[in-house]
Amino acid sequence: MNDITNILLVGVGGQGILLASEILAEAFMLAGFDVKKSEIHGMSQRGGSVVSHVRFGHEVPSPTVPEGEGDILFGFELLETYRYLSLLRPGAKVVANDYRIAPPSVLLGQNSYPEDLPARIRKRFPDFLLVDGIALAQEAGDVRAANTALLGAVSRRLQIDAEIWQQALTNMVPAKVLAINRKAFALGSAL
Amino acid sequence: MTKSILSGNEAIARGAFEAGVLVASAYPGTPSTEILENIVRYPEIDASWAPNEKVALEVAIGASFGGGRAIACMKHVGVNVAADPLFTLSYTGVRGGLVLVVADDPEMHSSQNEQDSRNYAKFAKLPMLEPADSRECKDFTRLAFELSEQFDTPVMLRSCTRISHGKSIVELGERVTGLPAPKLVKDAAKLVMLPGNARVRHPLVEQRITDLTAHGATLDINRMEMRSAKVGVICAGVVYHYVREVLPEASVLKLGMVYPLPHALIREFAARVERLLVIEELDPFIEEQVRAMGIAVSGKEFVPLCGELSPGRLRAALARAGLVTAPPPAEAPAAEPLPPRPPNMCPGCPHRGLFYTLNRLNAYVTGDIGCYTLGFMPPLNAMDTCVCMGAAISNASGIVRVLPPEEQRRVVGVIGDSTFLHTGVNSLMEMAYNKVPTTIVILDNRITAMTGRQENPTSGFTLKGEEAPQVDLADLCRVLGVKHVRTVDPNDLTATRKVMEEEMARPEPSVVITNRPCCLIKDPARFTPGPPLSIDPAACTGCKACLRLGCPAIEWLPDPDGKKGKARIDSLLCNGCTVCRQLCKFDAIN
Repeated sequence: MNDITNILLVGVGGQGILLASEILAEAFMLAGFDVKKSEIHGMSQRGGSVVSHVRFGHEVPSPTVPEGEGDILFGFELLETYRYLSLLRPGAKVVANDYRIAPPSVLLGQNSYPEDLPARIRKRFPDFLLVDGIALAQEAGDVRAANTALLGAVSRRLQIDAEIWQQALTNMVPAKVLAINRKAFALGSAL
Repeated sequence: MTKSILSGNEAIARGAFEAGVLVASAYPGTPSTEILENIVRYPEIDASWAPNEKVALEVAIGASFGGGRAIACMKHVGVNVAADPLFTLSYTGVRGGLVLVVADDPEMHSSQNEQDSRNYAKFAKLPMLEPADSRECKDFTRLAFELSEQFDTPVMLRSCTRISHGKSIVELGERVTGLPAPKLVKDAAKLVMLPGNARVRHPLVEQRITDLTAHGATLDINRMEMRSAKVGVICAGVVYHYVREVLPEASVLKLGMVYPLPHALIREFAARVERLLVIEELDPFIEEQVRAMGIAVSGKEFVPLCGELSPGRLRAALARAGLVTAPPPAEAPAAEPLPPRPPNMCPGCPHRGLFYTLNRLNAYVTGDIGCYTLGFMPPLNAMDTCVCMGAAISNASGIVRVLPPEEQRRVVGVIGDSTFLHTGVNSLMEMAYNKVPTTIVILDNRITAMTGRQENPTSGFTLKGEEAPQVDLADLCRVLGVKHVRTVDPNDLTATRKVMEEEMARPEPSVVITNRPCCLIKDPARFTPGPPLSIDPAACTGCKACLRLGCPAIEWLPDPDGKKGKARIDSLLCNGCTVCRQLCKFDAIN
């Protein structure tokens, strides 16, 4: 089971993490791998902290990534990226959106949003890419495509052919927003 | 064969389709909701939402009695509501196959308790299957219908959050054909459960469990995987995959049917391994039965009773059992405490104005199950109890009976539209009937919001999206006997406060209905956001009045010295509800 790659997607409910993980899983299936995926819906998606697990390989047992064995952390928000670093193995890759969403205690002025998170993440995980997903999505034509822009950046770190990514986007993204998402994905994968 | 990545819930829906199901009924509940939302995509199946789980199961029972295959789906606590028909259904048995899907929620990701539904199978004397991934969700659903008809029994299919909301690869099959056509058959001795008939049925129920115990040893869903003889693990469901991950050399008896247990197979497996463990989430359900068979076994002395398992938690448990080395130290967690990120009501949520008002009026709020349960969180702090669906009203009715009059007036029960129709109606009938002087607020946001915006009998649409009669909540409350029923716009703080003050002071039963739709409803005919607001930094004095709403769109920006600051509205998040503007004494919000 050493050939399994463990990916964690983390962020805040409502950021499009579910769709990004669906596209990832679809791409791995199209590439001929066994795939499993797990996440939580419901209460935790009302603006709460969200973690989605995607695993692929020859044969995947558990749908959740064993703690401390994450290979890639794909963070949609900086605080959540930092929060879940402990799920990773040493030397794992981190791709994070350069974006902050204040949690309730920060909104109320009771806490401050932690400072210098990118530098602190890089110190622990040198293979770190910080992406301005919102800017890429705006360039693609819709701020809501930030998730696919980030996915493009992550795609460069996975050994999957470009045509398979395109097919996965076609299969999983609603047709009316496919063109914008393709563009966002291309902008992300050019980084 | 077409391959597809399906969630467990999608796969159960597919399995129901392939099994030739004609009728599907459910009440939404995480993590089970998406089963019906996927079944509705198959036009061959009559799929619909019921007002509660008892009704859902009874609809399925009716379809089964008519000779069709039927499925009812619910979360674990829903079975508590459906338990009454379930236990007698065990006696009647079925005509068309009947499957009750129950989705448990170990870890309580979105639930008020983590009861282990396997106990229901034993309690009601029914077979229960437990799939370990999406492929098994589909296959076991099909098998459950075959067992149901072969053994004349309802069959429970148990999922859990990690199965229902996990995804894996499934090969799709065709829908079965050639099932008997439904028709009416008179069979009172089987279907009319009066004492004389039920006494005849009960021994058949006991014999059925004996027969299924023997049959289980022949089913290929109960399988031995012999590897090392040193350790043997009995497990089922998603836990099987954790065991394979953490203890790959162990022999495994993987149970697909978790009740009744295949005794012969368990004895054979136990004889072939030196040390036997049962690894299961929640209760020692299998372990106690294996021990009662006189077999030496361990399990819960190492494996937690509370919460879900994971590969890491299982590794820690197995380290306690001396079977693996202790887990490697994970990357050190962050040294400093990070601000938590709990769920919150959405920006523009119509519940916020009502909870703000209840907070200001120092109300004691008996609450209920829904998004609005989040009203307990700071800074609103406006919910004081939450037990189960419908309890807001009856808890209010009970609590005022023991309080002095000045405290009675503080009590307000708060319940959503869907929850009110689920089991709140009976409670309001009780409150009106017994003339209990308290006030109930029905938060009518025109949708079942928490589980992801399902239609319900107040929303005007069915699961299939067809137009439907709408329950008029005010009329319903009046015919239940409540004389004082008022409707108010919860985004109008002045009006809401006036109505609540008047009704809380009234020494009679009363109902207040808030009438703003959920801001997540996508249909512009039913909800449209207002223009986003912004705060003029020149006019903002930093008084923090708007922060008392706890709206995710309003952020406090402290000055560099940290002493003063100003509020800011994130225009990407703001839904333009205007509640914060009503709180600003300095006209800074526009």
